[in-house]
Amino acid sequence: MRVLALVKYVPDAQFDRHIDPATHRMIRDESILSELDEYAVEAALQMKESSASGSTVVALTVGPEQAANAVKKALQMGADEGIHITDSAIQGSDALATSRVLAAAIEKAGPFDAVVTGLSSTDAETSLVPAQLAERLGLPLLSFATSVELNESTVRITRDADAASYVLEADFPLVLSVTDQANEPRYPNFKGIMAAKRKSIETLTLADLGLTPEQVGAAGSKTVVVESAERPARVGGNVITDDGEAGLRLAEFILAQKVL
Amino acid sequence: MAFSLVYLEAVEVPLSATALELIAGAARLGDPVAVTNHAVTPDVVAALGAAGVSGVVVPEGGNEAAQQNFLSFETELLAIALSETEASGVVLPNSVNGKEIAARLGAKLEAGVITDAIDIAADGTVTKSVLAGAYTTQAHVTEGPLIVTLKGNSVEFVAPATAEDPDLLEIPVEDVKPGARIVEVREKAESGRPDLTAARIVVSGGRGVDGDFSQVEELADALGAAVAASRAAVDAGWIGHDLQVGQTGKTVSPQLYVAAGISGAIQHKAGMQTSKVIVAINDDPDSPIFEIADLGIVGDLKNVLPQAAAALRERS
Repeated sequence: MRVLALVKYVPDAQFDRHIDPATHRMIRDESILSELDEYAVEAALQMKESSASGSTVVALTVGPEQAANAVKKALQMGADEGIHITDSAIQGSDALATSRVLAAAIEKAGPFDAVVTGLSSTDAETSLVPAQLAERLGLPLLSFATSVELNESTVRITRDADAASYVLEADFPLVLSVTDQANEPRYPNFKGIMAAKRKSIETLTLADLGLTPEQVGAAGSKTVVVESAERPARVGGNVITDDGEAGLRLAEFILAQKVL
Repeated sequence: MAFSLVYLEAVEVPLSATALELIAGAARLGDPVAVTNHAVTPDVVAALGAAGVSGVVVPEGGNEAAQQNFLSFETELLAIALSETEASGVVLPNSVNGKEIAARLGAKLEAGVITDAIDIAADGTVTKSVLAGAYTTQAHVTEGPLIVTLKGNSVEFVAPATAEDPDLLEIPVEDVKPGARIVEVREKAESGRPDLTAARIVVSGGRGVDGDFSQVEELADALGAAVAASRAAVDAGWIGHDLQVGQTGKTVSPQLYVAAGISGAIQHKAGMQTSKVIVAINDDPDSPIFEIADLGIVGDLKNVLPQAAAALRERS
């Protein structure tokens, strides 16, 4: 089995993140492998481990030079190969253009059984890309998996939506997106970190994928952000200590809000 | 006036508040035409007409193919409806399913998709809240139809003075892209409480409830509020994941958010800091949640919540 795990290098959500007021694009300093992509890498590794020997996991990213770090982390976790698509023209791509680049990169990467992603990136958080990839690649999509069960030629997942939960099934090849409920990502151990140093990352440009700069970035996107404004920071209000009657104060406060 | 499409996941009489909001959102872009993936009764058509919908589109012969092509069937249905009506935009619910259909439709038509909208202007400008509520942005599509998923509780529905008499159009849906097969659907039990993402008031519990959500539920019921939880409470198995608020759960923006026994990790704040008013109850005075709370109470939630619930019940 050959599984492609998609990973993204994103601004660390543990810190305050900012948008450049001139370009309306996110400032991408202090980035890391998206926390939600660790679940994708783990799911891919588990698929490999429950399959025949010779199975491989390929970690694939699209992003600037530093984005190779996201692939490195996946290699340390146990992925076998890395592919890094980098080209300055890609910057500013919306989900539609990003999925175009990823679909081309996946086709270039050769035959595969599954493409595994996280439930969304932690930067734009649209969760559009997995479905757009399925549509572009003409493959079934198993999305928002809270559990993944691998059978001989099919994958079965549970998926939690708003009014119902679903059990879904699809045959290989397929696209799979996993939530943070699906597994517990492993930490890279010393052996994994040392082994990753010997693994190579293939770096490709747009031209290698047969794409032109007009098909990506702002030119290849169909959405544009025209304004961005930082919300004023919330200021903490009154803090009281319960003297035995704080519940009454709480009730009065709620009544004063006139929300009932 | 151009048409706009509104995708409704479930349509029943009376129309849900969510359905009415989506219709109101679509009406900003044009004369709304409702699209749904199942057959509808004359009652439903009449109710949609009363809400200002001028046409209703359903798949011919029901939606059996949808079982074998999860959400790619609905994508094809919308693509055909869009081409038949030449609508200027499609408004979908900002649900897991709604966003997935929007994504597929965007890729199929090479059209721009904007998710998590909190407002839609007549010129197609969409307002959304990004980076966990830290920024508000305005975006639009550069060409073609606008595909937008609208968050609940964000636009107001006002019933039109005159009802429409909508035409019902049954269209054949063919050449559906391969999708996943539905093996089983488990409908969720009705809690009797308002839906979390649409609720005006949310009472949420965290690690501090120590396995017992009864006091959180008691206050929620005294307020007619939705119940929610932090990731810590969900991971501990005290409450279902679908009630989780935070970066990997739901984003809520109610009039009032009551956080009980929640410390206020950045991932939790990401899901609730656009609430209008925030109240926090925690026995640790150093909890970061107090930095964003309009009212903070340092105390034991097991005393504070029942006392508040009793007082509120007395007043009502």
